[in-house]
Amino acid sequence: MSAGFASTRWIGFQTIVLREFGRILRIWGQTIVPSAVTAALYFVIFGSLIGRRIGQMDGVDYMQYIAPGLIMMAVITNAYANVSSSFFGAKFQRFLEEISVSPQPNWIVVLGYTFGGVLRGLLVGVAVTVISLVFTHLPVHHLFVIILAVLLTAVVFSLAGFINGVFAKNFDQVNWIPTFILTPLTYFGGVFYSINLLPEWARTLSFANPVLHMVNSFRYGFLGRSDVDVFVAFGIMGAAAVMLFGIALWLMERGIGLRD
Amino acid sequence: MEALSARGLVKQYRNGVQALKGIDLTVEEGDFFALLGPNGAGKSTLIGICTSLVTKTAGTIKVFGHDLDSDLEAAKACIGVVPQELNLNQFETPETIVVNQAGFYGIPRRIARERAQKYLTQLSLWDKRNKMARTLSGGMKRRLMIARALMHEPRLLILDEPTAGVDIEIRRSMWDFLRELNAAGTTIILTTHYLEEAETLCRNIAIIDRGCIAEADRMDRLLLKLHTESFLFSLRTPLTAVPTVPGYDLRLVDPHTLEVEVSKDRDLNELFSRLSADGIHVVSMRNKVNRLEEIFMRLVEKSGVAA
Repeated sequence: MSAGFASTRWIGFQTIVLREFGRILRIWGQTIVPSAVTAALYFVIFGSLIGRRIGQMDGVDYMQYIAPGLIMMAVITNAYANVSSSFFGAKFQRFLEEISVSPQPNWIVVLGYTFGGVLRGLLVGVAVTVISLVFTHLPVHHLFVIILAVLLTAVVFSLAGFINGVFAKNFDQVNWIPTFILTPLTYFGGVFYSINLLPEWARTLSFANPVLHMVNSFRYGFLGRSDVDVFVAFGIMGAAAVMLFGIALWLMERGIGLRD
Repeated sequence: MEALSARGLVKQYRNGVQALKGIDLTVEEGDFFALLGPNGAGKSTLIGICTSLVTKTAGTIKVFGHDLDSDLEAAKACIGVVPQELNLNQFETPETIVVNQAGFYGIPRRIARERAQKYLTQLSLWDKRNKMARTLSGGMKRRLMIARALMHEPRLLILDEPTAGVDIEIRRSMWDFLRELNAAGTTIILTTHYLEEAETLCRNIAIIDRGCIAEADRMDRLLLKLHTESFLFSLRTPLTAVPTVPGYDLRLVDPHTLEVEVSKDRDLNELFSRLSADGIHVVSMRNKVNRLEEIFMRLVEKSGVAA
């Protein structure tokens, strides 16, 4: 690869990311605020009102227990929604053609949109973290685990959102997966409870849920407690990221949902 | 050098429609080339393939010698495209749109901003640079798409009906702009439904119909193939019957308008003398249709009959 191509790709990547970042900030009322408000409501209702009656979960205060899960839930939904809606919007309004006719290779397009999703996931994650600190104390047990877990999770769900955006033919199809797949996976992914409370079959079934591994590894980073093996969790997240990147790239190369 | 070379280009859509049936087309560097054809003839498919928005079924395309199959990125870097459909991000400003487009071609932000000022000014959009694209008029959006396509200063500019829905004044100013661009060395391929536009601007022409090239020639040579020309005469006094002048085909459009079809081997002086002698006074005259339109219709009709 010549230096010229490398420079073209780097500037192209930056441009996609800057455009995504600009979009996130331009419509901050849709991209950042809703998750922060929802998280605050969860803390008030589940954490403060109901949580007081629950007492402790896995040896820690319930409010403290759900905080990492709520942060991760916000990261997951926002990383996914950012890429699926932005990519589909570009396809729907046809300005995706701006990139399609340019010399940018498909992997740069996938990386650019993914990075945009990661950015929004992290921005919202930070916002929810700040809100959670109003309600509870969050110790840092292992900073590296926290950073790696949140980054890998944001990457995985950004890529999943990208694939959704490629396939979607209308806005209903952009919302279908978050509503019927993502939300149940997140709610059953150990955000609000430890799977040790579940019967054996449900606990076994829960291990097949990737969100469980993400939430628990993230929680381990803060509280030092996890229902899953953190190394296995990172393995699953890494494998999922590689697999989804491969699928997204293959779809782009084949032009599925994009070219006649 | 050939700016664009298409050989045996075939496109068959999944629904079985064959949009292109083995097209061969060459556009030389520096040319101002017209690509004409009725709706559904395959023009936009051909442009889509050249710009990688449509996947070809068979054939080869080279852009300044870069094969689209083996040297795609280099080929794409040579092309700027103004599509038929508006494809702007309606929630971005013109300046952001063109600067971003430059970024997709690897142009650093500082240079992109300078070019944004240059092209937005040339296309009379600089004062609108901070408005949302959705607030621009149709003509402004068309000009914005041209500015966007020029940001990487392509060697080949493809314009798919760039003046559709644009008023006459803006259309003329866009013609001047495109002429200057071509004079500065940019090869231009233009598709349009305004045949006057093609006749005025372009040096070479190809007419596509039903996925085949019906005609490809120099514009002046093609126009010479037209053997007759039609004129409309405005008359001072109304007529009730069609006058008869041997050797000329006359028809009364309305009492004040006479249509005349004149063979190229005859002149108009004789006709005017005969009309004057009959007390018919012609106040003004104009071509009934654009000459290219006449050829276009004949070729398309002929191809339709053949099909």
